[in-house]
Amino acid sequence: MGAALEIRNLHVSVEDQPILRGVDLIVKQGEVHALMGPNGSGKSTLANTLMGHPAYEITAGQIIFDGVDVIELEPDERSRMGLFMAFQYPVAIPGVTVANFLRNAINARRKEENPEDKGIPIPAFRKLMIEKMDMLQMDHSFGGRYLNDGFSGGEKKRAEILQMAVLEPKIAIMDETDSGLDIDALRIVSEGVNRLSGPELGVLVITHYQRILNYIKPQFVHIMLDGRIVESGGPDLALHLEEQGYDWLREKQNGNGER
Amino acid sequence: MSDAEQLQGIREHYAEQYGFQDPDSYVFRARKGLDAEIVGQISEMKGEPEWMRDYRLKALEIYQSKPVPTWGPDLSGFREEDIYFFVKPADKEARSWDDVPENIKKTFDRLGIPEAEQKFLAGAGAQYDSEMVYHQVKKELESQGVIFKSIEAGLKEHEDLFKEYFGTVIPATDNKYAALNAAVWSGGSFIYVPPGVKIEMPLQAYFRLNTASIGQFERTMIIVDEGAFLHYVEGCTAPTYSTDSLHSGVIEIVVKRGARSRYTTIQNWSDNVYNLVTQRALVYGDASHEWVDANLGSKVTMKYPSVYLMEPGAHGEVLSIAFAGRNQVQDAGGKAIHIAPNTTSQIISKSICKNGGRSSYRGLLRVYPDAENAKSTVVCDALLLDDHSESDTYPYIEIENQNVTIGHEATVSKVGDDQLFYLMSRGLGEDEANAMVVNGFLEPLTKELPMEYSIEMNRLIQLQMEGSIG
Repeated sequence: MGAALEIRNLHVSVEDQPILRGVDLIVKQGEVHALMGPNGSGKSTLANTLMGHPAYEITAGQIIFDGVDVIELEPDERSRMGLFMAFQYPVAIPGVTVANFLRNAINARRKEENPEDKGIPIPAFRKLMIEKMDMLQMDHSFGGRYLNDGFSGGEKKRAEILQMAVLEPKIAIMDETDSGLDIDALRIVSEGVNRLSGPELGVLVITHYQRILNYIKPQFVHIMLDGRIVESGGPDLALHLEEQGYDWLREKQNGNGER
Repeated sequence: MSDAEQLQGIREHYAEQYGFQDPDSYVFRARKGLDAEIVGQISEMKGEPEWMRDYRLKALEIYQSKPVPTWGPDLSGFREEDIYFFVKPADKEARSWDDVPENIKKTFDRLGIPEAEQKFLAGAGAQYDSEMVYHQVKKELESQGVIFKSIEAGLKEHEDLFKEYFGTVIPATDNKYAALNAAVWSGGSFIYVPPGVKIEMPLQAYFRLNTASIGQFERTMIIVDEGAFLHYVEGCTAPTYSTDSLHSGVIEIVVKRGARSRYTTIQNWSDNVYNLVTQRALVYGDASHEWVDANLGSKVTMKYPSVYLMEPGAHGEVLSIAFAGRNQVQDAGGKAIHIAPNTTSQIISKSICKNGGRSSYRGLLRVYPDAENAKSTVVCDALLLDDHSESDTYPYIEIENQNVTIGHEATVSKVGDDQLFYLMSRGLGEDEANAMVVNGFLEPLTKELPMEYSIEMNRLIQLQMEGSIG
């Protein structure tokens, strides 16, 4: 069986303010999940917590990745285990080219497996980059640009997908990758994710809007409200949400609360 | 090889590679301290003409009459009576590598000089302590009429040319430390490039300090004649000492009509050195000059390379890097003086502070009344690696012409948690992520360096970054 990301009863606070209040979710390699919810429901908190952002404090629960509780692990350790997050707001690193950055990231992985490793040979790396850029229909000059520095919104998101393609994670979290994209960029990015999908990759697509799910077809859809997953189902759930909004879920929640 | 691996390798060999000291084997060393007798001795030892001896003595008076400047970093810890102002390592300048004394050769070997020389030097003047000991000019350069000699040989063999320019770009009255240098200067390069001669490969000199409490007062004079081209590179690694040392150099450059020149320095002084340098270029019609200046190490550095744009169409650039670590003050920047119309200048300063280090950008932009249509851009960026390091900006701007275009930008940034998280989320360790942000920040400068220097620069940065976390 492939690797899985298991989130068990996860509680997270930011600056002592509880945001997540008991999240349970399992994403396996080969599966595509969508996590939807209104602004402020805790979706991005979940993504950042899974990747290990230091500002998010876990007050209860577990994150099991590939059989290991990763709560105490640093972001780089989680990454080298095969976890990936596509950022909602990718950070600019002026002066560092996309290619140089990715070569270092690959070498960090190789080093993890074999401390004696001398790093990926330049020709092999160049070949890999070209292959992945071609797959994502990206211009080859992209590798020579400074990481996210002066990138348009669409370019930033494509750069995230390129990193994902090169690093070949087991589980990838897409944190509102669709935000700020026009319809063409959304299509290109989605196609990229679809090309990477397969039995070796599990994806958790976090989104505010249903529209990205027209391009990336999830097998499972979850809805988050007030720091909890309140509803899970198949692709139909997303369509239902599109028609009905979140109110019926809120009412259902309140009803539950009253009982 | 990963960054961390390189780092470890450097840490292991650093003491041996950069911190070693050869046993003192000097032919002559003046006593400590400074007075007219010592200045006279220096001049006599060098067999100088009387005018130079008088010049030195006059400069000594100027030095003694000027107060220690108080507008910048604290210089009160420097004690002139503890410094050797003149040391002569060998009795004459060696003509070829074979003639270089064995222990001096060993020093160069360990600095990697001969290798570098073989690889891409067109001609090298390497300064060992206060005197040039090894100096070679390739036949090719000689046949083009290029002069590349020690400053002493320049005075002896080209006295007229020397006298025409010496002290004209930076007179002894310019500032206290320029006066000091004028009194006790020893070592440095003398370069003349004839009209229209373009030297494609960088000329370079390596020099280092090797005796405790030695003052190093190199004096370099470069004349790039009309339409000529020169790139001069000077790199430096100093061993560590227990008492304070002084480095006070003067670099004078004249770039004539239509010529281009670039002067690149990497300095990595040990952290007890007071590094007080005056460097200035006079740039004539349609000519250009660039200073590329990287300062690491030292206790206090005060250095503001300047360009004087003398005639229409002159262009000047200063690209300055400073890295301030624990107990270090880097006061660096640049000056652009627009004297003639249609002159352009650019100053880019990048500084990095960590472990409580302090860096200041100090710069002057001056536009004279006649400098119609002058254009200048000043950009100074500081990167702080922790909360207890500091960075200041002192931009002085004096504009006496209304029709000018001036741009000034200053930024201070910290290596942010978000940057680190982003890089770490791709598998890079925290140290590696930090080094990546720093190297990226410096990239605009390192890409201007010749390949070998750019590698050395990256290594020095990694060395400086060592232990900067936690």
